[in-house]
Amino acid sequence: MLLCAAGETNLQALKYARASSIDEAIELLREGGPAARVLAGGTDVIVAARERRLDVDLFVDVKHVPETAELSFDATDGLTVGAALPCYRIYGDDDVRTHYPALVEAISVIGGTVVQGRASLGGNLCNSSPAADSIPAMIVLDASANIVGPSGERSVPVDEFCTGPGQNVLGAGEFVISIQFPAPSSASGAAWQRFTPRNEMDIAVANAATSLQFVGGAVASARIAIGAVGPRPLLVEPAAAALAGGPLTVDSIAAAAAASRAAATPIDDMRGSIKQRRHLAGLLTERTIRDAAARAGVTAPEAPGTSEVRR
Amino acid sequence: MSRLIVSARINGEARELLVDERDSLLDALRERAGLTGTKEGCNNGNCGACSVLLDGRLVNSCLVMAAEVEGSDVTTVEGLELGPQQLHPLQSAFLEEAALQCGICTPGFLVSAKALLDTNPDPTEHEVRFWLAGNLCRCTGYDKIIRAVMGAAETMRNTASSSEGA
Repeated sequence: MLLCAAGETNLQALKYARASSIDEAIELLREGGPAARVLAGGTDVIVAARERRLDVDLFVDVKHVPETAELSFDATDGLTVGAALPCYRIYGDDDVRTHYPALVEAISVIGGTVVQGRASLGGNLCNSSPAADSIPAMIVLDASANIVGPSGERSVPVDEFCTGPGQNVLGAGEFVISIQFPAPSSASGAAWQRFTPRNEMDIAVANAATSLQFVGGAVASARIAIGAVGPRPLLVEPAAAALAGGPLTVDSIAAAAAASRAAATPIDDMRGSIKQRRHLAGLLTERTIRDAAARAGVTAPEAPGTSEVRR
Repeated sequence: MSRLIVSARINGEARELLVDERDSLLDALRERAGLTGTKEGCNNGNCGACSVLLDGRLVNSCLVMAAEVEGSDVTTVEGLELGPQQLHPLQSAFLEEAALQCGICTPGFLVSAKALLDTNPDPTEHEVRFWLAGNLCRCTGYDKIIRAVMGAAETMRNTASSSEGA
């Protein structure tokens, strides 16, 4: 090869195993021990293994486990998305596009088209990046991760899944098999936005998502989540509390945005400063509230002179 | 080093490749199958020089393990030409528009653009730019590439409509 001696950029010595059932995957992971890693789309884990950021000696390919490739929607039971299903399969689905536009917004900008041919929702969740695009959307949509492992099955709400940068609740030998979303209720809407210098092939400086449910013009319940502004994507309960119980007003939206700014604990890095990220947490909260309301058929009031560019 | 045999259809031909278990699909194509049209740029999914079609879907071959493609269908830039000495309209358009300088990114752009036109024969300029965002070119400034893809799309639409009319 031109750029390097043979083997120099190769992965560390490793084995590959294809699991065709949940039990087989659990057994392979148990035998493989801590250096056995689940392989779905590979867009994060192969790079991490190649760059020696992750100690891997066995890839257990779970894409042929039927449950990881499931995609089903039911107006009562909601949406089940197999953990290894690539993004393009999810956002290409008519039911997902109709009922979960906030999810579509988030996964349509993970990497670029070519990455979306492989990258999965389960992978984005288990990679547990603070800046993960899909996680705030999953949090506000009240999604849960269906986890399997040597001690059986369990379900963990996505807002409790990540515990720190690259860290999550998965125990030894456990993996995510699917993500479960409740069915959207009537007069509800959700939206997701991020800020990046490029529109695609970029990582969020900050992102946010909101879901709102209205009863008689008042906000019956709200969920607001922010990402890339702390060690993990965060459900901001005070922001939701600022909206719940009354109609959307200029003041309630501003209070929700202020709650997101207060909840943000960002770092300075090459993508953005603390000040910029905190500002964005508020701004994207406000914008996603407006988008979510519009999807629920409610027009959020604008402050005189427009709200979005005033700060 | 542990080796295994991977059976796959590559550019329409059934192939059995003896690969290192840690080979990426990119490694296997270049080092085992002798198909060096597919290029290695960043080896981490940013540049798109290694773009291929896996079961018809655009992927970065550096982010696919060779062992994963057992039983799959792979199309590389070598599989684009319509017949001996008959370039794909995208390849002709890249030549006509001079949509390349050093050429390292070109196979990835061609495969990626083919994947776009397979699903969307009449893309807007915005759609072309968005689709090709995962393919980096450090020479051309992209405009000539975009013109070539738009031109090829038009040629292919005209060919399709004239053959329908015949």
